[in-house]
Amino acid sequence: MNSIEITTQITKAADSLNLKKWDYGASFSNDYSVQVDKGEAKQLKASQKQILTIRVWNQSNLVGITTTSDISESGIKKALKQANTASDFGNKNETTEFSPLAKDPIKVKEVKKRNPVGIKNLLTLLRRAEVKLIESHESIKSVPYNGLSESFFERVYANSDGAFRSYSKSQAALYLYARAEEKNKKPRSSGSVKLGYGADDIDIESCIKEASNKTISHLNYSSIKTDKYLICFSPESFLTIINAFSSMFNARSIIDGVSLSNKNSIGEKLSTEALNIYDDGLHEKNISSTPFDGEGTPTKRLCLINRGRIENFIHSESTARIFKTTPTGHAGLGSKVSVSPDWMVVERSEENFDLKTSLDHSTYEGEFVYIEELNAIHAGVRASQGSFSLPFDGWLYNNGKKISIESATVAGDIKYLLKNIVNIESSQEVTTSGISPHIWVDELSITGDA
Amino acid sequence: MLSSQIKSNEIVFGSCNKDLLEEIICYGIGLGADFVELFIENTDNSSVLAEEDFITSVSPSFGRGAGIRIFKGKKDGFVSTNDLTKHGLMRSVSQAIEMLDITDNKREVFNGLNKHRDYSLSKKKWINEVPSIHEISEKLLVSTKSLKKNNKVITRKGSYARNLQEVIIASSDGTYVSDIRLHQTVGLNVIASDAQYRSSGSRRFGSSGMPNEFRLWDHEKAANDVFESSMNMLYADYVDAGQMPVVLANKFGGVIFHEACGHLLETTQIERGTTPFENKLNEKIAHESVTAIDEGISEGSFGSLSVDDEGMEPEKSVLIKDGILKKFISDRAGELRTGHKRTGSGRRQNYSFAAASRMRNTYIAKGEHSKEDLINSISDGLYCKSMGGGSVGATGQFNFAVEEGYLIKNGKLTSPVKGATLIGEAKEVMPKISMCGNDLELAPGFCGSISGSVNVTVGQPHIKVDSITVGGR
Repeated sequence: MNSIEITTQITKAADSLNLKKWDYGASFSNDYSVQVDKGEAKQLKASQKQILTIRVWNQSNLVGITTTSDISESGIKKALKQANTASDFGNKNETTEFSPLAKDPIKVKEVKKRNPVGIKNLLTLLRRAEVKLIESHESIKSVPYNGLSESFFERVYANSDGAFRSYSKSQAALYLYARAEEKNKKPRSSGSVKLGYGADDIDIESCIKEASNKTISHLNYSSIKTDKYLICFSPESFLTIINAFSSMFNARSIIDGVSLSNKNSIGEKLSTEALNIYDDGLHEKNISSTPFDGEGTPTKRLCLINRGRIENFIHSESTARIFKTTPTGHAGLGSKVSVSPDWMVVERSEENFDLKTSLDHSTYEGEFVYIEELNAIHAGVRASQGSFSLPFDGWLYNNGKKISIESATVAGDIKYLLKNIVNIESSQEVTTSGISPHIWVDELSITGDA
Repeated sequence: MLSSQIKSNEIVFGSCNKDLLEEIICYGIGLGADFVELFIENTDNSSVLAEEDFITSVSPSFGRGAGIRIFKGKKDGFVSTNDLTKHGLMRSVSQAIEMLDITDNKREVFNGLNKHRDYSLSKKKWINEVPSIHEISEKLLVSTKSLKKNNKVITRKGSYARNLQEVIIASSDGTYVSDIRLHQTVGLNVIASDAQYRSSGSRRFGSSGMPNEFRLWDHEKAANDVFESSMNMLYADYVDAGQMPVVLANKFGGVIFHEACGHLLETTQIERGTTPFENKLNEKIAHESVTAIDEGISEGSFGSLSVDDEGMEPEKSVLIKDGILKKFISDRAGELRTGHKRTGSGRRQNYSFAAASRMRNTYIAKGEHSKEDLINSISDGLYCKSMGGGSVGATGQFNFAVEEGYLIKNGKLTSPVKGATLIGEAKEVMPKISMCGNDLELAPGFCGSISGSVNVTVGQPHIKVDSITVGGR
């Protein structure tokens, strides 16, 4: 069944069950991926997936939900019945409605349609990339984590009030993580990830080069002394930490009591006036963008921090109603609707007079720790408490020389980190999770083995 | 006539599908596959969330699908689909064959499926024996109410999830198996706050194959435990970073062995060349006080199975005996590519993942010491009473958050500390586990890896690590 047939089928089944109010979200995908091991195909994978999530409102306007991969006539009917049964347990204290914006026009980025290049071509491309990466340096012995994939999918939202949205897109991803070994030294590993709308769009050469350079740059390593250091966060690592604490801007988290912010935090000063942060799911560089959220609300650019102060929260339909504002396009369909950011854009505002602009990661000659990548976010972040203690990959710089840091963690508090931003470099870099410049923070604790 | 035609053209759970399965496997072998495996799944899940004193989410879900794996030599092609008709399954077999680019004329022989091993016979009644949503909701609400022991508790949550998975596994070596798996898990979480101080506490409980288990769960004891943990940590100072001896508590303390060492003993790591233990079989890799086991047979444990996702009954594998490496955890691909015999450890989250060598119930065996012996032996160190999550990097470095920690001074537990992270490498830490307690206990968890998220048990007695890096401030 295609999306129009499914909508027709749900309408018909809902009528037969006397269900007046419903909505659904569905996704259909075809995914292809390959992995290689020293020139040989390791695993080749293809999948066809379909997921349907149906919500039903009962006569008391309480909502029930069901998710299924069985999109047959009988599967749809069963899902509606289950959702109706579940609605008896609907949340009486926080009602859910259709998004008031579910029929508003959506902005769809114009992207040329990509066709599958096919498993065999993916395999050829990945084999070549693996060989080239291993040949790039004598210490690189293998590429233990690698993969090239392409996905073609459609997302749909529709409701009994006549809203209907459908969006098709494609996406491809390449990751290469190399392992380098030298005699009497510990193995070192690093890598690179690149996204594109199709496999042909991925810059394979730059992925190989980046993975190789990063891995080699960690060959010369040393332990670091436990102390407080001046830190330079790479664009990727700063976005990682901001995303990890995005509950500060999340209305759902605020209502649930798991955010550092509260309903009155709009306007609260978190950082230097030089800091602006936006959530911009539709950004032209965001390969993963979708034009509407799980409730059908159009995706849009939203300012979260303006000149160091909280400007907006991200919302679903119900949180927006509670906060007396409009949904922002950040909802995920569920029995309890989730709220999450899309794609963060960090930039330096015009109010940047208090920054130490001499701090530039490519020219600064004093001592500082460069954090390239933060790891184990799920384990080391306490979003509800604001604290973090995270292992990282990075270097200790001193007098213009750098040495890779072996096995260390950075620890602190997100509010302290934001307040202690001492420079926001001018040029931004595009990453897979957003855009950011390099960010400098004074006095964060590093634990090392030295 | 019409009825039998329908049955022979689509997988029907609870019926004999032998003819159809044989036809599909035969089709794959005829196209040149060395080996064909079908994993077919039907699921019926539900989850309930209680927040404060209200049920805020009830989410049922159901689904079905098939994962088809074809081997040619050491290569494999895997296709997953929601289409369980004969046409859909054959199309998936063709797709997998095509991906592998099979060109030789060599044909394996398929002698048909063996006698059906049906592990589901005594389990079909489970769906009617598990607690109803009403029953679950009532107990969760009582549990979250039990968490409200003072006004410092600002957030209370209770969650329940039940997964019922019916599987059919058939492959060209004759394997023909059916099973029903039931997993139930319940968790409690609190956040406590007082002025600028904040803490949280959480515990998770889980079982497999025991429909009545949630009814027997002692919610009052669990609530007391979570509440006390959050109160103990509310005013805790941050720990000072450094190298120090630590005592890791039993139960979920075993997550460190699971992450830091257990994963390195899976054959997938040998295939990648990312385990330092690859050539260490029968060599000493840990302190002689350490014996470690991975098994799938403890009744009711979260990682137990009647049969793995490749149709093999799980075995009890002694991985490390008195510090000596004895065995790796292996699946079909692992045996094919590394030579290590299968251990009944081929596992996957669902039909959309190919099985891989994964842990089940993994624990360090008990020793002879009391918990007090371990703590008394340390003059200046850390007691990790409750562990949070953790991870292991591509080169074997691990890190784990300590959820509830206490300083040890002169052999005694003293003040609570927060913000601690344990950092190290299995190869270096395993020889430093110098004392094992006599109080082995297990705890349920979810393990995410190459074949998705699977239910596991971690465990250990209290153990002492002579020296480890503790990250802090």
